[in-house]
Amino acid sequence: MTKFEEELKMGNFVTSECKHCDKIVWPPSDYCDNCFRDVNWRKVSQDGKIIEWSKKGNEVFCIAEFEKTIQIMGKIDGDVSALKYGQMIKLTKCLLDDKHKFFFSLTNK
Amino acid sequence: MKKVAVVGCGNTKFTKDKLPIESLLLESTKNVFDTTRNLSQDIVDGVIVSTNDNSKYLGAILSELSGIKPKISHTVEHLCSSGTSAVISGFSYIASGLADIILIAGADKIGNPGQVLEWDKSRGEFNHPIYWASMFTKAHKRKFNTTEEELAIVSAKNHKQAIDNPNAYSHKPYTVSEIMNSKNVTDDLRILDCSYPCSGSSSIILASEDLAKKFTDLPIWISGIGQKTNSASFMKNQLTSFSSSVIAANDAYNMAKTTSKEIDVAEIHDAFSVCELMAVEDLNLAERNTGATYTRNLFNTEDRKINPRGGLIGAGHPLGATGISQVVEITQQLQNNAEKRQISDAKKGLVHNMSAAATSSSVLILES
Repeated sequence: MTKFEEELKMGNFVTSECKHCDKIVWPPSDYCDNCFRDVNWRKVSQDGKIIEWSKKGNEVFCIAEFEKTIQIMGKIDGDVSALKYGQMIKLTKCLLDDKHKFFFSLTNK
Repeated sequence: MKKVAVVGCGNTKFTKDKLPIESLLLESTKNVFDTTRNLSQDIVDGVIVSTNDNSKYLGAILSELSGIKPKISHTVEHLCSSGTSAVISGFSYIASGLADIILIAGADKIGNPGQVLEWDKSRGEFNHPIYWASMFTKAHKRKFNTTEEELAIVSAKNHKQAIDNPNAYSHKPYTVSEIMNSKNVTDDLRILDCSYPCSGSSSIILASEDLAKKFTDLPIWISGIGQKTNSASFMKNQLTSFSSSVIAANDAYNMAKTTSKEIDVAEIHDAFSVCELMAVEDLNLAERNTGATYTRNLFNTEDRKINPRGGLIGAGHPLGATGISQVVEITQQLQNNAEKRQISDAKKGLVHNMSAAATSSSVLILES
């Protein structure tokens, strides 16, 4: 299991970053994709923005962007009646069972 | 660099049948040998297999089943563009002088594992292609005001064109309204806007310039090649343009010393309806923001210039075979041998094949 998955299993959404290059290394990796030095790991901000979204049955899924760099696909739970393009969301939960799962909720912004 | 030509072609029918991968590969290979003059096993220098199947050592297995003892044999896997990647590998062996005759055989069987890229964790639980296709479609609707009808026209056109392709998975015509009213896979995707994974195989023989005319009076030259990989993960993609396809197409046009205006016929990677609308613009076959109008015009005038064999939507999408099947179609078109699908006076053709939500693309230019 990778470091990213170990953390996800504990409910933590983390990213790799390179202190030397001062950049987020995404998708998560053991080495910086610019300088190949070891990465550091840290939690990702829970505040994100909807890049695009659609719906399957009653399930709303979206691409959400965090820290202007990290994009993931996840499910939007709760009230989605006010859903619109570019809306701010919060990561409410993440986990790893048979798949990597991310859950968001809309914020008021 | 030596010139390289396609000199022989073979296909199986694309079906739902659960056939062994070796049987599929062997059948299209047999078709190549049955229909290519002067082709014998002892002169084949290389056997390259294209597949996403998990079987091992298929280059050697197909060689043995075909009675070939090649210098070169191996498998190429690159998801949906495995086929063109294998063709480009074969081209390179011949162009460099390492080989003169190469068999390229591609196949996949229904339910193959190439549909889902397990590595891409950023897709979360939404790792099936229908989810990225929904994102592309929604973004296209938002940016270009694309309508459900404009999307459905792509599928109606390609299903209609597939009727004249004897190897196509689907021979059923659908009206635009039937497609628009077909089952919602998601709010932005109808089931008839999706290509269908199936079983099938396609093969070609590539030959060097010195030997090409031994096998056919009409060798079809691969004059341009462009490839680009931007990433593996979907989450670095733009949503309204396939930037890997733009780069690959420009490189291919430059290598062939041609432009999009000279392309008479094209096979385009319409994994979903929206992909064809995006690709005709990214390949510069239609001007920016006119992809839907361009496609509607083709449909209304029954012009088969784009995806004459029915594309992935009409013909089916056995991943490892698709790129090779596209090359077979363009070869037959340029040889004036495409029967009811024939475009009149086709001299130059294009193949566009891409993988994993266009994170990578291949473009080939072929000419007579």
